[in-house]
Amino acid sequence: MEAFTTHTGTAVPLRRSNVDTDQIIPAVWLKQVSRTGFEKGLFEAWREDPSFVFNNPAYEGASILLAGPDFGTGSSREHAVWALQQYGFRAVIAARFGDIFRNNSTKMGLLPVVLESKIVEELQRAVEDDPATEITVDLVERQVRMGESAWSFDLDDYTRWRLLEGLDDIGLTLRHGEAITEYENGRQPWLPTTV
Amino acid sequence: MGRTLAEKVWERHVVRRAEGEPDLLYIDLHLVHEVTSPQAFDGLRLTGRTVRRPELTIATEDHNVPTIRGPIEDPVSRTQVETIRKNAAEFGIRLHPMGDAGQGVVHIIGPQFGLTQPGMTIVCGDSHTSTHGAFGAIAFGIGTSEVEHVLATQTLPSYRPKTMAIEVNGTLPPGVTAKDLILAVIAKIGTGGGQGHIVEYRGEAIRALSMEGRMTVCNMSIEAGARAGMIAPDETTFAYLEGRAHAPTGAAWDEAVEYWKTLTTDDDAVFDKVVEIDASTLTPYVTWGTNPGQGLPLDGIVPSPDEFADPVERSAAERALQYMGLSAGTPLREITVDTVFVGSCTNGRIEDLRAAADVLRGRTVITRTLIVPGSMQVKQLAEAEGLHEVFKAAGAEWREAGCSMCLGMNPDTLKPGERSASTSNRNFEGRQGKGGRTHLVSPAVAAATAVTGRLTAPADL
Repeated sequence: MEAFTTHTGTAVPLRRSNVDTDQIIPAVWLKQVSRTGFEKGLFEAWREDPSFVFNNPAYEGASILLAGPDFGTGSSREHAVWALQQYGFRAVIAARFGDIFRNNSTKMGLLPVVLESKIVEELQRAVEDDPATEITVDLVERQVRMGESAWSFDLDDYTRWRLLEGLDDIGLTLRHGEAITEYENGRQPWLPTTV
Repeated sequence: MGRTLAEKVWERHVVRRAEGEPDLLYIDLHLVHEVTSPQAFDGLRLTGRTVRRPELTIATEDHNVPTIRGPIEDPVSRTQVETIRKNAAEFGIRLHPMGDAGQGVVHIIGPQFGLTQPGMTIVCGDSHTSTHGAFGAIAFGIGTSEVEHVLATQTLPSYRPKTMAIEVNGTLPPGVTAKDLILAVIAKIGTGGGQGHIVEYRGEAIRALSMEGRMTVCNMSIEAGARAGMIAPDETTFAYLEGRAHAPTGAAWDEAVEYWKTLTTDDDAVFDKVVEIDASTLTPYVTWGTNPGQGLPLDGIVPSPDEFADPVERSAAERALQYMGLSAGTPLREITVDTVFVGSCTNGRIEDLRAAADVLRGRTVITRTLIVPGSMQVKQLAEAEGLHEVFKAAGAEWREAGCSMCLGMNPDTLKPGERSASTSNRNFEGRQGKGGRTHLVSPAVAAATAVTGRLTAPADL
């Protein structure tokens, strides 16, 4: 996983609520068996509309997504996270996230930042007024900064540590192999197996 | 203080707990399908890891499979299906491929084999894993990184979600089904209403549901944003399970049932959130918009965006009406559809097919109508009961098992601008095919709609 400490970049305002993962990456892209190339499918249907914010050249190169509430609802597809990262995003800021999307993001190093709706809207207004506005997402301080303003956000210590270090979850769990074996020895005997 | 059902099941699966860390949770059953697994198996190969417990893992082919017998023509889909065959063989995982008698939609086959049992933890790289909660299991969807994690370790580091009770009191009126109930729940609490929570569905109306109805309810928990949905096991659960291929037998059965009976929420347990619904007030529900929370009783009219006080909801409604090609004030019963789809992990079980057949018996459909059993076994059962003859006589298409028109990954799709009445779970933009417009309904409403070509309840016929 890509480590995340602090990131400064420009941002795209996506003023839509309930952006489900089917919109982020349509199902037809899920037929791929590799992990790359998903940036082409990001918001594929919406990008056909010339007035969609992603088609505004002023936002080219943006690396922070300022999304509406309930971003990433619906399907568990991690491809949505891959698509956002491969397009160039390092963080998504929204008032609420779908649980699975949020979880998938933290496994991949795409930082999901929860801020109150009115703050997200303030950030959106600022980048709408001036697309060159830079925003800093600082995981060390758990803070979002723009100009003279700063807002704190919550993220549990463990997830923060994992993201700061870019640690592989599986490697961490395998350190507890003995505990897993011990648990397995005490499982109820009637529990099913698939064989 | 007493404990909730979710807390009891969770606690039993904690492998390791440490201050400031998520619990390491043991996973009893890992369901795998072709779409969200290839990159996970690649990850194992890259790191030289193996599957820790292949015998707690089962795979099927469902999302990509065509529902008309024959080979997969799309080369990309075919590669994905060939990939799961290769991976299952390499890592020693039981797979039910296309054409196999055990093949079907992943959330249909788990319960069908008796692999889904009370008190278990079940995961799958699929958000509708919540279906299995109908048995009193903690079951939730995960992404591909977590699929790899479970393959390698049979565990998941997770924080225990909060608990939420949805109390459904009273009795459902005749003609009102589990699907109507859950659509009403989602309309009430919204697509984010369950975020961060495991929902336990409780109350008289839930207890009165069959196991298949309970699965329909739990299936759509994710559409209310919930991490999982659960229903405490009872005699209905035990009767459904007894005699299934992987259910315990003999003394083990008795021991299991004794344990399963303890899986109820204690009287003095406290939920973080409680929602109450009166089942007796419910009527058939349909969605009008582009998220599952945008639903109304079929008696209603398409709402005006002005009715929504919240500016975010108002603009969502405006966008939804535009996408759906609907005008505020139109009675829902006047909406005409091009296609009817009965199937999916929400409504592709035998009782769903019976409900559709009851409506279609002796009638004729005037829309394109796809009836898609959720598994080969459901298909076989339906054919033994002669349901396929009812469907064919009505002019509907009787298909092979698969996810079909639920999600636009196989040949069953809507064309741009086409409108469906669908028993599936998501009315998102483009979900059933680019530009397609979806109205979520129960199997009975779907069948009645196929007869009139407009959104219709069986009682209207």
